[in-house]
Amino acid sequence: MGLLTFVGLGLYSERDITLAGLEAARSCDTCFAEFYTSALGVSLEEVEKMLGRAVVPLSREEVEEGSVILGGAERESVCLLTGGDPMTATTHVDLRLRAVERGIATRVIHGVSISTAAAGLLGLQSYKFGRATTLVTPQENYFPTSPYEVIRDNKQRGLHTLVLLDIHQHAARYMTANQGIDVLLEMERRMSQEVIMDKTLLAVVARASSPSPVVKAGYPPELRRGDFGPPLHTLVVPGHLHPMEARALVLLAGAPSELLG
Amino acid sequence: MGRKEDNVKKAQKLRKQLDRIRNIGIVAHIDHGKTTFSDNLLAGAGMISEDLAGEQLALDYDEQEQARGITINAASASMVHEYEGQEYLINLIDTPGHVDFGGDVTRAMRAVDGGIVVVCAVEGVMPQTETVLRQALREKVKPVLLINKVDRLINELKMDFNEMQAQFVKIINEVNKLIKKMVPDEFREEWKVTVEDGSVIFGSSLHNWAISKPYTEKTGITFKDIYEYCRKKEEKILAKRLPIHEVALDMVIDHLPNPQVAQRYRIPVIWKGDPESKAGKAMINCDSDGPLAIMVTKIIIDPHAGEIAFGRVYGGTIHEGQEVYISGMPKKYRTQQVSIMVGNDRIPVQNVEAGNIAAITGLRDAIAGSTVTDQPEVEPFETIKHISDPVVTVKVEAKRPSDLPKLVKTLRNISKADPSIVVNIDQESGEYLMSGMGELHLEITEYRIVKEQGVDIVTSEPTVIYRETVQGRASKFEGKSPNKHNYIYVEVEPLEEAVQQAIKEGQIPENVKKHSKEVAKMLQEMGMDRDEAKGIFAVKGQNIIADVTKGIQHLFETKELVKQSFEEVMDSGPRANEPVMGVKVRLVDAKLHEDAIHRGPAQIIPAVRNAIYGAMTVAKTTLLEPMQKIYISVPHDLMGEVSKELQQRRATITDMETEGDMTIIHGKAPVAEMFGFASAIRSATGGRVLWNTENMGFEPLPPHLLDEVTAKVRERKGLKPEPWGPEHYMG
Repeated sequence: MGLLTFVGLGLYSERDITLAGLEAARSCDTCFAEFYTSALGVSLEEVEKMLGRAVVPLSREEVEEGSVILGGAERESVCLLTGGDPMTATTHVDLRLRAVERGIATRVIHGVSISTAAAGLLGLQSYKFGRATTLVTPQENYFPTSPYEVIRDNKQRGLHTLVLLDIHQHAARYMTANQGIDVLLEMERRMSQEVIMDKTLLAVVARASSPSPVVKAGYPPELRRGDFGPPLHTLVVPGHLHPMEARALVLLAGAPSELLG
Repeated sequence: MGRKEDNVKKAQKLRKQLDRIRNIGIVAHIDHGKTTFSDNLLAGAGMISEDLAGEQLALDYDEQEQARGITINAASASMVHEYEGQEYLINLIDTPGHVDFGGDVTRAMRAVDGGIVVVCAVEGVMPQTETVLRQALREKVKPVLLINKVDRLINELKMDFNEMQAQFVKIINEVNKLIKKMVPDEFREEWKVTVEDGSVIFGSSLHNWAISKPYTEKTGITFKDIYEYCRKKEEKILAKRLPIHEVALDMVIDHLPNPQVAQRYRIPVIWKGDPESKAGKAMINCDSDGPLAIMVTKIIIDPHAGEIAFGRVYGGTIHEGQEVYISGMPKKYRTQQVSIMVGNDRIPVQNVEAGNIAAITGLRDAIAGSTVTDQPEVEPFETIKHISDPVVTVKVEAKRPSDLPKLVKTLRNISKADPSIVVNIDQESGEYLMSGMGELHLEITEYRIVKEQGVDIVTSEPTVIYRETVQGRASKFEGKSPNKHNYIYVEVEPLEEAVQQAIKEGQIPENVKKHSKEVAKMLQEMGMDRDEAKGIFAVKGQNIIADVTKGIQHLFETKELVKQSFEEVMDSGPRANEPVMGVKVRLVDAKLHEDAIHRGPAQIIPAVRNAIYGAMTVAKTTLLEPMQKIYISVPHDLMGEVSKELQQRRATITDMETEGDMTIIHGKAPVAEMFGFASAIRSATGGRVLWNTENMGFEPLPPHLLDEVTAKVRERKGLKPEPWGPEHYMG
């Protein structure tokens, strides 16, 4: 009987994988990977060198359709490598359920997730995050404003919001923090509920887990013109700040010292 | 000063006096003499030689040329005519000569207030006479009658005087019967045509003469005299004493309404905006000081001036260099030249006021049917009612590959000038597919591409466009998104006949969301459930989708995608990727992912497609095929040949009558079987046949042909021969 193991690669380099993940990826019969839900800061070749084996990248359609992975896992042991943590923002639970239904054994090996890394880099308490949301690149017939509502509701309850940014892996296009802030401002223009104002504190996290992550907290007018370097970027909209959190944002992320009150 | 220059001067003056303007069209069955008659009127206006008019039929005209009406390049022509000591400006708007061009005829009707119905004295009322008359009356266009080719009754059919009279009475009665059947109630008595009041004239446009009751009184020439002149072939004398343009234009001025009178009752029919609004009042009163409202009836591509938009100014005034809006276009346009027509010439003017026909350059994105305004909030004229949808397609290729860019441009221009021509690019093969109202319509269009635009093309054999529909209903079918995080649930069933009809006739505005209250009320009156009627959020090709869910989170921001997917599906159904017709989709439930990133277009569009395709498949899809009404008049002895020809074409004969030594057959047949009928029937009868066809909508394909036709269409499109079952859409 086969085995399907989901392995989280973590956030940035080929060295973010856990030892357990490394062993599973090295020992399985076939090793697949997908990079459309999240992307690393290094190339597939780097990952292959690290694992010492070939990795088969799959498209969104192939992963969603599932027959390549599930068909393989019925006969032999298969790994699916994903960025971050395989069951968090990347939502591979459907694949796991279908495997279970087919009688395939499954295993999850976690990786570092942006959900904890962003909070950690900014010094915000993970206890105080509300629902997370993702900003979508505006397109014809689709400009969802639910992220704005999520931020609004979290803020009303004093909670922080993790705001992920759209990635188009096939086109190597990643929404930057600057574009993300502009999308938020456009939502404010359409919804007018005073959620994202000139004096609303925002935080940018770029290349979490890399040796040189950038974290920056400030106000939209300055942040939207900032230079945060290569992808991936993430935004956080802080809610009510504990004094420790305020200190962290000032000391770690260069937030205006007026936060210290 | 020459006559032409004189006319230009007069026309400039008259266009500001509303009671001196008439906007008219000429409608007729094919070959009843519309072209010759139009030329005669123009000749009367001093625009072409009077000798030449009437000779035109004698010239060896190409079949195509005859079918086209006055000429493709004249969208309108104006004449100055004196009646009882006053001068009048008469704007004649071209209507296409063949009802295959349904859209064009209707559009031209919109722009006119009155119409001269031309009926051949020999053939009498024909099917297209009825069609064009119906189109006129539906738009509240008042009719008058010309019985043409009177000389043929006398010289060819050798009728005696009494027989001729009887034939006249018969034609007038038939025309009045049709008018009575279709006339708006308020005009039931008033719009009857009679010899006594001069709303019927008799004549021969070939020989340039006509007579009416008022003219017998004025000239002392009686019908008996006419009979004798014709018999003795002295029609030149008649032409001198009773010139057809004088007699006809007198009738026009006396019986057809001026724009001020007509717009009062016509605006509520052809414009759906608020009559109490500023724009509404301006149009109803034909006020040139109000907001601008122009309906574009035709686009001509002129080699020098580029695209010229012809339209009727209903309200306000258009001038050179004005900033205007075109319905459906987001930006502003600046008019370049603004002209009126005098004869066949465009005469640039400063302003064109309400009640007139204007020719405008600079409106690059206007198409026939567009509304031009100076204020974006002015409601456009309702969508033009298409009596028929495109039913036949050919593949078009440039003979020389280097001509491709030119072909692309030409096709774009042609569909702009004639919106009943639809051009699509096949996504798979990159081929250009041109669709139209019938075989003849496409042949004429091909001819225009080659002869007028100078692009050599090769076309495929024509193929029919079928429609897909459902036979029954399907309850809640689940469509999943590729990531399996979103579920869309729909039900389908056949759409109520009354609703389909209302969509077809353009009663339901395209932008249903904007008019939701009004639409909901209308649909409930047609028997639709209240929740459904209130939930309609898209209409596409005689199909609708209604949201009957309550309080589903995130559905609001997904709705545009559901609509987009619905519209795509209605263009291409599950059975053979043919357009869908007569289907009602109910969105009954949806389960969506929490985060917007996991329910974007790549997820929702396939989920909705799966749901609708699956539900339609459960509800049993079938194909509808386009049908044609057939009318054939043939000598008794050739009846056998004709029925043999019809039998091979799955035709049904609905009625047969005898008239003298001719048998008249009424019937119907599938368009698919009628390709090549023209030459087949001609050779079967040695040309001794009179016939025509007319599109009459769709009927279910006979069940025994369903699989075969489905496979043929699918294979042509590169699909596997059998359609998928419901399981395929469950995944």
